[in-house]
Amino acid sequence: MRQESNIIFKLDWILILLFLALIGFGWINIFAASIDNVEDFEVFDLSTQYGKQLVWIGMSFVIIFIILLLDSKLIERFSGIIYVTSMLSLAGLFLFGKNINGATSWYGFGSFTLQPSEFAKMATCLALARLLSDRQFDLKYLSNQTKALTLLLIPAFLITIQPDPGSAIVYISLFYVLYREGLPGSYLGVGLLAITLFILTLIFGFRPVVLGTFGTITLILIYIQLFTKYSLKFQIPKVISVYLICALWIGSVSYVFNNVFEQRHRDRFSLLLGQKSDTQGIGYNTNQSILTISSGGFGGKGFLNGDRTQGNFVPEQSTDYIFSTIGEEWGFVGSALVVLLWMIFILRIIYAAEKQRNNFTRIYGYGIASIFFFHFFINIGMVIGLLPTIGIPLPFFSYGGSGLWGFTLLLFIFIKLDAAKDTEW
Amino acid sequence: MKRGLILVVSIILVGLTFIVKLFQLQIVDTNSNNFSTVKKIYEYPERGYIYDRNGTLLVANQQSYDVMITPNEVQPFDTLEFCSLLKIDKKFLEQRFVKAKRYSPRLPSVLISQVSKEDYALLQEKMFRYKGFYIQKRALRSYPIPSAANVLGYVNEVNEELASNNDYYQQGEIVGTLGVEKQYENELRGIKGVQFKQRDRLNKIIGPYKDGSLDQAAKPGADLTLTLDSALQQYGELLMQGKRGGIVAIEPKTGEVLALITAPSYDPNLMVGRKRSRNSVIFFGDSINKPMFDRGLQAQYAPGSPFKMLNGLIGLQEGVISPQTAFRCYNGYKYGNRPNEFMGCHCGIWDKPIALQLGLAKSCNSYFSNTYRRIIEKYPNAEQGMDNWAKHVKSFGLGNYLGYDLPSGQKGLIPESSFYNRYYPTGSWRAVTTISNAIGQGEVQTTPIQLANMTAAIANRGYYYTPHFIKKIEDRPNLNPKFIQKHQTTIQTEHFEPVIEGMHDVFKTGTGRWVNIPELEMCGKTGTVQNYIRFNGNKIELEDHSIFVAFAPKKDPKIALAVFVENGGYGATYAAPIASLMIEKYINGTVSRAYLENSISQANLQEQYNRQLNPELYYETRE
Repeated sequence: MRQESNIIFKLDWILILLFLALIGFGWINIFAASIDNVEDFEVFDLSTQYGKQLVWIGMSFVIIFIILLLDSKLIERFSGIIYVTSMLSLAGLFLFGKNINGATSWYGFGSFTLQPSEFAKMATCLALARLLSDRQFDLKYLSNQTKALTLLLIPAFLITIQPDPGSAIVYISLFYVLYREGLPGSYLGVGLLAITLFILTLIFGFRPVVLGTFGTITLILIYIQLFTKYSLKFQIPKVISVYLICALWIGSVSYVFNNVFEQRHRDRFSLLLGQKSDTQGIGYNTNQSILTISSGGFGGKGFLNGDRTQGNFVPEQSTDYIFSTIGEEWGFVGSALVVLLWMIFILRIIYAAEKQRNNFTRIYGYGIASIFFFHFFINIGMVIGLLPTIGIPLPFFSYGGSGLWGFTLLLFIFIKLDAAKDTEW
Repeated sequence: MKRGLILVVSIILVGLTFIVKLFQLQIVDTNSNNFSTVKKIYEYPERGYIYDRNGTLLVANQQSYDVMITPNEVQPFDTLEFCSLLKIDKKFLEQRFVKAKRYSPRLPSVLISQVSKEDYALLQEKMFRYKGFYIQKRALRSYPIPSAANVLGYVNEVNEELASNNDYYQQGEIVGTLGVEKQYENELRGIKGVQFKQRDRLNKIIGPYKDGSLDQAAKPGADLTLTLDSALQQYGELLMQGKRGGIVAIEPKTGEVLALITAPSYDPNLMVGRKRSRNSVIFFGDSINKPMFDRGLQAQYAPGSPFKMLNGLIGLQEGVISPQTAFRCYNGYKYGNRPNEFMGCHCGIWDKPIALQLGLAKSCNSYFSNTYRRIIEKYPNAEQGMDNWAKHVKSFGLGNYLGYDLPSGQKGLIPESSFYNRYYPTGSWRAVTTISNAIGQGEVQTTPIQLANMTAAIANRGYYYTPHFIKKIEDRPNLNPKFIQKHQTTIQTEHFEPVIEGMHDVFKTGTGRWVNIPELEMCGKTGTVQNYIRFNGNKIELEDHSIFVAFAPKKDPKIALAVFVENGGYGATYAAPIASLMIEKYINGTVSRAYLENSISQANLQEQYNRQLNPELYYETRE
């Protein structure tokens, strides 16, 4: 086992140091956000969030150790089994799950709970990497596209019906991996167009957007007809279907928004799009979060000195809104540094992934980079008021054992695979 | 690889967008000074007491209770019960609420100030039910002796304007607004203590903010000892009953003000508590009696005959007269060829040589007109003569603010050549044009405290200390360098003796002989000042102002004073006896002349003043 003996030297220590920095700074802020009274403070006080989180951090090092001992080939080989097990654990929730705050997302073991959806990301990434890394597998074919899509939609569906749509939305990020590995670009283009039309419809309503879209399409068609060599003469059915699909999409968006979405979802969008202003009800969280971050100023108020943090002004501050603690107590310096750390962290993963000769490791690397990026983007965007309220955590920062372990697994499987890249397979 | 770049670019774009947004939030639009989560709890130290020079308590404190409101914290409550508890109606409550909210929704405002002790006992038990309201304990001023209101001043509630312009004060706190209370506000108030408390989102206090590192302990206010002699002050106020005017008494050796009396005045206890707002409207609104106008400091009168001493002194200093120089008087002095160029005189010494001492004792106008003319005409032109004269006069502290430690005052007026050049643009004025200055009428204007200070400078034979009211702050004697700096006049010491002898003769043989007490060795000078008002274009002469300046004893002066009684007639009628009684009271401690005391204190000039309200009537009787 030559590779095992040298593993210490082959590990990507930059990535590990970044991980340690994120997790360490994360715990400091959980401490600040959850401590009530500095006088009776005990690090391992298991009745507190910071105490529990410290235990989970300790246990995640056990997980890291075990992963590093595993054979990387074994990981690739077992990825299918891991995926199936993970999906079963998601499905099992409907039989054995514990309902907390209206969502059946947890298994309960006494006072201890485990959230399988946090591990499903890792399993899906592995399975996707395994599927796409097959040299015979070409995403140009519809059957293969369907296979890959199904792989993503199963966990997304199972999580959505828990219901935990916030966590399910993360799987959107894996579409990028498909694109990276050969999914025709038109899919991404259509997706982006769909999202654009979706937002425009929310802002301006059904009629103006339909008219605008039809107008734009017509102009494009006229251009094609007059200034290019293509002729639309025999393409009438295609042209009509383009009009129809657009109209259908815009119509269904406005229907879904007004009839399927609940009021709270609609409110989140309305607030973000500036159509509504509200600082007490649904907008309270975001408003408090922004005020808290803003109050930090350039250098912050100092560790444990954030009056808004200590006064618990921001709900969910140790979990989804942990970034507001950083903003208040460490100021612009601290929060910009965290953003930079995250950028470097994700770019480092991509850099490492690009260097792989092994397709499996590369695809897996892109998978986790996409997932981390998505969390980073949605979470911080939400906390600083750029995106609507979608409840997903900031990895390594937000309080929660399952999340921490899930992300640790996600990362260290890659670090392990990466360390083995020079070994002949 | 091309497709791989999309993620890289997205990461960089998103990261930069976040940093820009953070920059905007935390640096451009930062609200780091917003302490909305921190509650400041104030502890008000007791305001310093004020004593007179002998340790008599003049100002003390009594407890009061204010009901405060913080609009943002108010939650729905039983307004009916609340209003009946506070004895207010609902409309009032609503108005106050709106007003408080307009001032600041976050900061406490006063809902009702100074509720009684009994109401407080009742309220205290029920207050916890009304969120956003609380009771603030404060101390009210109380005045054991109803005297010296003009010196002590009063305290007032901090108004919206001061609260928003000043970092220290908050609405409803107490601030000195007049007199010593204003002048020594910083010493008297001490420093209020403040505790910063961290609140949670439910407004509950969850502990100290920043471990109490910003907290400050209250520093109690300092007790002040004033230079006033309360007994003398009260005595002066007694003598001034029913009259308008002022008395200022100074200890010449130190410049300490022994008494500052203005009449009419008011009982300082009327400017305390809930009655203050009503009474201050009455006092400040009384444009006839002007009880808030300190005549000792702010009233500018022509000084009249006491000004002759200065002209005598300047004459000696300039060498234009000697103590033996004599002039003759023919019931007046003819200074020009035209019939109206004549200054009348009441000295009654016809065609006999009158020297300085006699001139002062008999207050001879002719003598001082001659002297004044020589002073001005000593120089090649009237301008130089005038400016030189003004320089001497000003060295006695006249013509400008004296610099004493009370916030009100007036400059008075000592004319210079530039003043006359304005009125005579061709420069055609001469010494005789300004001849009225010789006898303190003319353009010269002084305040009683300036006259008293001038008298102190004469008593000291040539120097004075800036008059002041502060003697000690806590146990530290007054160390303000301004008040221990000697101001030397431009007159040499030896010139004072003949003038002082003349002032002594005023009591021995002159206009003040009726009120002399030989063993007190008093020196003084009467003044009778003509004054006019304009009515329907006519100049109406009113009853003369009665003035007297004095000091005693002659050799080692302990007190110098100026007395001014508006429309009191001759200087000898009211001002001289008042000065004499004051000196006796201060030096001997008791007054032997009960008959004089009674007749003066009971003398009432109100009829005189009432007549001025109907100038027509006055005019006819004068005709």
